[in-house]
Amino acid sequence: MTPASPARLKSSHALEVSAVGLTYRTSSGSVEALRDITLDVAEGEFVTVVGPSGCGKSSLLKLILGLERATRGRLAVGGREIAGPSRGVGAVFQAPVLLPWRTIEENVLLPADVMKLDRPSATERARALLQMAGLGGFEQKYPYELSGGMQHRAAIVRALVHDPKLLIMDEPFAALDAITREQMAGELQRVWMDSRKTVMFITHSISEAVFLSDRIAVMSPRPGRIVAVFDNPAPRPRTFADLLSPELARLSAEIRQSLDLACAA
Amino acid sequence: MADIATTKPQASEAAPPGRVSGAAWRILERLLSLAILLLVIEGGIRGFDVPAYVFPTPSSIAVALYEGVVNGNYLSALAVTLTEILVGFTIGSTCGILLGIAMVQVPVLDRIVYPYVVGLQTVPKVAIAPLMIVWFGFGISSKIFIVALTCLFPSLINTIAGLRAVDSDRIALITAMCGTRTQLLRYVQLPNALPYIMAGLNTGIVLAVIGAIVGEFVGAKTGIGVLILQANFGLDLASMFAALVLIAVTGVVLNLVLRLIETKLCFWSGKATK
Repeated sequence: MTPASPARLKSSHALEVSAVGLTYRTSSGSVEALRDITLDVAEGEFVTVVGPSGCGKSSLLKLILGLERATRGRLAVGGREIAGPSRGVGAVFQAPVLLPWRTIEENVLLPADVMKLDRPSATERARALLQMAGLGGFEQKYPYELSGGMQHRAAIVRALVHDPKLLIMDEPFAALDAITREQMAGELQRVWMDSRKTVMFITHSISEAVFLSDRIAVMSPRPGRIVAVFDNPAPRPRTFADLLSPELARLSAEIRQSLDLACAA
Repeated sequence: MADIATTKPQASEAAPPGRVSGAAWRILERLLSLAILLLVIEGGIRGFDVPAYVFPTPSSIAVALYEGVVNGNYLSALAVTLTEILVGFTIGSTCGILLGIAMVQVPVLDRIVYPYVVGLQTVPKVAIAPLMIVWFGFGISSKIFIVALTCLFPSLINTIAGLRAVDSDRIALITAMCGTRTQLLRYVQLPNALPYIMAGLNTGIVLAVIGAIVGEFVGAKTGIGVLILQANFGLDLASMFAALVLIAVTGVVLNLVLRLIETKLCFWSGKATK
C-alpha cells in the first residue's frame, strides 16, 4: 500500500479527503460503502479514481459534491469543510443530463441561472467555452439534435461555465463508444491544459486513467477503500499511442495488478 | 396514490415535412369516408322506412342545423355554452395546476387534501349539479362552477404526476449547483410536467363540454343543452341531432386547439435525450 502523497502544503490542496467513512442504513441493516478514504488533491492536479463497479466511487463523489454527508472523517474543498453543495465545484455525470426544452446555450447557462450570475458575461463565457469544445454554431440547437459525444461535451462546458475551482467527473464517457471515448479524453486533456482546473475523475478504464491523470488512486470494493496511489509523471500532451511506451505500459500493468488484487480480496 | 387516472403525455405526431399533397390527401380521406358513411345511413333510413321520430336522416339533420344557424338560435345558444366551457375550464384547470404544485411542494397538504379531492371526484357531477343550481341560480355561474369542478381533477392529477416524474439525475444536477427547491421547480419540474399537464388539459376540455351540457340539463335558461331538451320534448329528433353535432364539433375543435398548443409547447417531448 502506497500512502497518498506525503507532505504537501495544506493551502495548496484543492480537495482534502481525510479518513472518510460512509455507512448507509437500509432496512436490512447497515451497509459500509466507504472505509477510511484519504486522498488529497493539489491545486491544478488531475487525479483519477479507478475501481470496479460497486466500489463506492460514486458515493465518494456524492460526498465531495455535498449531496450526501460522510459518516466519519473530514472533506474540504479549498480548505473549507464541505457542508453541502458548493459553487466552487462543477460536476459532470455519467449521462449528460441536458434539459431537452433548453437549447445547448441555455443548458450550458443553467448554472449561471441557478447561481444568479451576471447573464451577459456568463453568456460570453459560455460561447467561448462552446467554441473551445468544438460546439461553435450549435448554440441554438436542442440537445436531441446533437450526437451523444457532443451532448457530453456540452455537459462538460456546463460544468465549467461558472468557473469552478474543482471539476468532478463521474465516468463521463462511460456511455460512449470506444473511438468517441478516446477522442473525448483527448479533448478533455486539451481543455484541462488550457484551464488548469483541479479535476477529480472517476472511471473504470485503466487506459483512460493513465492517459489523463497526474495521479491514479485504485479503490477496492465493499467497503470502498483506496488500496494504492500511483504517480504518472509522463509529459503532456499525451496521446493514446504513448500508452504503449514502456513506462506507461508498466504503470498500466501495475494498476491492473493492484486492481485485480483489490477485487480478489 | 397520485397515479390514478394519469394520462400519459402523448408523443406529438410528426407530420412529414414538405408533403402538402399527403396532408391534403389525409383530409380528403376523412371527408370522403364521412360522406360515404352519411350516404349509407341516409340510404338505410330511406330504404327501411325508419320514421323521423326514431332516427332522422342525415339530410334532415343538415337542414335543421342550417336553419338553426341561420335564424341565430344555435349560435346564441352555442355562445352561452362555449362561455361556460371556456371560463369554467380556465378556472378549474388553473386551480388544478396550482393545487397540484402546492401538493407536491408541501407533503402535508398532499396528505390532508388528497382524500377530499378524490372524494369530490368520486361524486358524479350530475349528482351535485342540482345543488349548484340552488346555490348559484339558473344563470351562467352555476354551469361555470360545474365545469370548473369537472376540469379540476384531470389537471390536478396530471400536474402531480408530471412534477413527481423527474429523473433523479436532474434533481442531483440542480442540487449540485446549490439550487433551491423553488429553482428545481422552475427549471426542471415544471417544464418536465408540461406534457403531462397538457394531457390533463386535453382530457379536461372534453370533460368540460360534458359538464356544461349536464349543468344545462339540470337547470338553465339557454345553451345547447337547453336546445337538446326542447327538441327532445317536441320529438324533433332532427334538431336534437343537429345540436348534438354542434356540441361534438365544438369538443373536437377545442381539443384540436389544445393539441396544437401542446405540439408547440412540448416540441421536445418524446425526443431521445439522456
